[in-house]
Amino acid sequence: MKSLRKKIDKIKPHFSEGGKFEKLRSVFEGFESFLFVPDTVTSKGSHIRDTIDLKRTMSVVIVALLPAMLFGMWNIGLQHYRSVGAEAGFLQMFWFGFLKLLPLIVVTYVTGLGIEFIAAQIRGHEINEGFLVTGLLIPLIVPIDIPLWMLALATAFAVILGKEVFGGTGMNVFNPALTARAFLFFSYPGWMTGDKVWIAGLTKGKDIIDGFSGATPLALLAQNHAEALPSLKEMFIGTIPGSVGETSTIAILIGAAILIITGIGSWKIITSVFAGGIFMGLLFNLIGANPYMEIPFYYHLVMGGFAFGAVFMATDPVTGSQTETGKWIYGFMIGVLSIFIRVVNPAYPEGVMLAILLMNVFAPLIDYYVVQAHIRKRLKRAKVLLNTAEK
Amino acid sequence: MSVSYKLKKGFDIRLSGSAKRVTGGEVTSELYGVRPPDFPGLIPKLSLRPGDRVKAGTTLFVDKIRPEVRFASPVSGILRAVNRGEQRRILEVVVEREGDEYEDFGKADVTRLSREEIKQKLLMSGLWPAIRQRPYHIIANPSSTPKSVFISGFDTAPLAPDMNFIMDNSPAHLFQTGLNVLARLTDGKVHLILNGATEPSAVLKNSLNVEVSYFSGPHPAGNVGVHIHHIDPVNKGEVVWCVNLQDVIAIGRLFDEGIYHHDRMIALAGPEVIEPKYYKVRNGIAVRSVAENNIHKGDLRIISGNVLTGSNTGINGFLGFYDSLITVIPEGRYHEFFGWAKPGINKFSFSRTFLSSIFRKKEYTLDTNMHGGRRAFVMTGMYEKVVPMDILPMQLFKAILAEDIEAMENLGIYEVAEEDFALCEFICPSKIEIQSIIRQGIEIMIKEMS
Repeated sequence: MKSLRKKIDKIKPHFSEGGKFEKLRSVFEGFESFLFVPDTVTSKGSHIRDTIDLKRTMSVVIVALLPAMLFGMWNIGLQHYRSVGAEAGFLQMFWFGFLKLLPLIVVTYVTGLGIEFIAAQIRGHEINEGFLVTGLLIPLIVPIDIPLWMLALATAFAVILGKEVFGGTGMNVFNPALTARAFLFFSYPGWMTGDKVWIAGLTKGKDIIDGFSGATPLALLAQNHAEALPSLKEMFIGTIPGSVGETSTIAILIGAAILIITGIGSWKIITSVFAGGIFMGLLFNLIGANPYMEIPFYYHLVMGGFAFGAVFMATDPVTGSQTETGKWIYGFMIGVLSIFIRVVNPAYPEGVMLAILLMNVFAPLIDYYVVQAHIRKRLKRAKVLLNTAEK
Repeated sequence: MSVSYKLKKGFDIRLSGSAKRVTGGEVTSELYGVRPPDFPGLIPKLSLRPGDRVKAGTTLFVDKIRPEVRFASPVSGILRAVNRGEQRRILEVVVEREGDEYEDFGKADVTRLSREEIKQKLLMSGLWPAIRQRPYHIIANPSSTPKSVFISGFDTAPLAPDMNFIMDNSPAHLFQTGLNVLARLTDGKVHLILNGATEPSAVLKNSLNVEVSYFSGPHPAGNVGVHIHHIDPVNKGEVVWCVNLQDVIAIGRLFDEGIYHHDRMIALAGPEVIEPKYYKVRNGIAVRSVAENNIHKGDLRIISGNVLTGSNTGINGFLGFYDSLITVIPEGRYHEFFGWAKPGINKFSFSRTFLSSIFRKKEYTLDTNMHGGRRAFVMTGMYEKVVPMDILPMQLFKAILAEDIEAMENLGIYEVAEEDFALCEFICPSKIEIQSIIRQGIEIMIKEMS
């Protein structure tokens, strides 16, 4: 490590102000601080600081995403070989999925980080780590057959118009990964909905066995084919068609456990999203006006992107509610709206993305009222004291 | 019957090298210093010139805006130097010790003096700055009358001195006189806050003329700001005064013996101290004379005060006016290869993102490394866990950054001081300088209200 350190120290002057590669300073710093925690010491305020930094925080989220991602790779293979009616071993399926997913991840990171580097250099900031998570989230919430140029375009849209124009990491209103997905959803609906896009190779239609349907559970329900739904067990484990990371509820729950134990993800948001979903599901069960409303409420929790959204999207601290009371309301409303949009709106088989984006907009309003209530309580305290003093 | 408060929020930093309950006796030094930066917002005006002779209690400088507030020499001798920093700001006024003479302020029976006479005596002697006020956590305005006075009888900061041990070795009668003096300055109560988790020193427990309450919990349960918030919170237009425990003794001595003898017991502690223990010193003592022979060699940071709020004095600096602790920790000037990615079995953190949260050690050696770069506010819900007050920290910080006076008022700027949010600064993964933000907010308020 020492020789590496020496090399870095040797080339560092070229990247500092006045050096040859001054324009690449932020990029250099980004890579340097990736390899080595900086040697800066405290100069004012507290003399000691916690060992946690934003890199650590973000890497915990990435670790939490790994189960869903690894399962997703295997499931890509599984679904593909099912669709062509071929037998394949575990490793073969995983390898197939790995090769399919890898380009998506690479394209997202290259596009997004490239823009982040430029933005950081223009602002003269250090590079923020936020995109490390976003860049992994995006490939996990799109169909596996999405053309790479579309993915690159959506990522660029999300980073530039979803984040950088608001001032960069920490300032954005919308969850960047969902912004990318929404962009694709509304610009290229043919690639984001339907029965064919969720399984690798299905859109080309080669070698597909007769009568095979790649419909997701939500699509089946929207088409009134509740009888064709996979079993609850299959949906919980995740051996169903869908976006790469969303299918396996159990893998997502492992991620949720990591986020909650480390304290990086808000347990309040995660539980309240589920509570909101259960509440709305039960309500529809009571109404029971059509077959979709009649499916057991707990099915909603394992179908589509509900669990993934609750654990990895709603918990984004920047775009979510920032007050602790607000988090309960924010999460609950996401749960309610997700199921509401799913069941009531026939145009969108999935409601989680829109529910979270909508609540992203309302999060500051929720916080505003929570803070106002807090202020009223404090003012009341002042008045009570005044009254007792007068007596 | 006294009230007990049990606080849950907060965090104890398990820093190694706490002082043992033994004393290294009285230590004196050649040089003593009074540091204007210890008093935020103060513009000092010198009363003497280098070379002038002084006694203990002779005024060295006064507050330019309120000249009745005086700052005294802690020892007798010669005014040796006035050390200045940027823009000729006075950083230290240094006195070379010689002889042992005191200004005579006259013994007095506090019950026979009027409130004005008491204030005059405190002001003349240079002890007034020991009294601070909330709002703003600055030297109390002599023309105001506080609704109550608070004295914190314990300190929960990392490696803080054990106040029970200190009080066991302190003159009880002077402490009582000091309490009587403070009781005359308010129409309300004098609150003495004791640690609910330990058996308090007899000196503290047997004190009269005060209202005793008990607090227990992790740091900052010992902060006077937290006590005030729970017992008698400061609303707009109200004033509360607070005095450090050992300064009460100095106040008592002023009235019982008529002299400015501002001494205290301090702890020398920290992972780089060979034998952490207590010393008896005069206010403003040179750090070198306390620390020199009792610290390890190497790149060290020597702090007057605790690691969260203290000031970096170096070996050539002086003990701060309000400090009763000198902490010595290693500097952290090193690059760590993939430090953020390591499992971190030895990395101390408030978060549960390192293995150290499972394999807990009793104590850690912490250094001054930042452990990361400055970032925007990203994480939420963390600060709240270490602020045991009904205050929304994140919203307050943002109101200050936006210079929104009304929001700052509503969110509690009058109640807080930097030290109450020092833990937020410690745990912040974005490495934001939160104590500076709070002081900035307080300065905005002072300007706005004057």
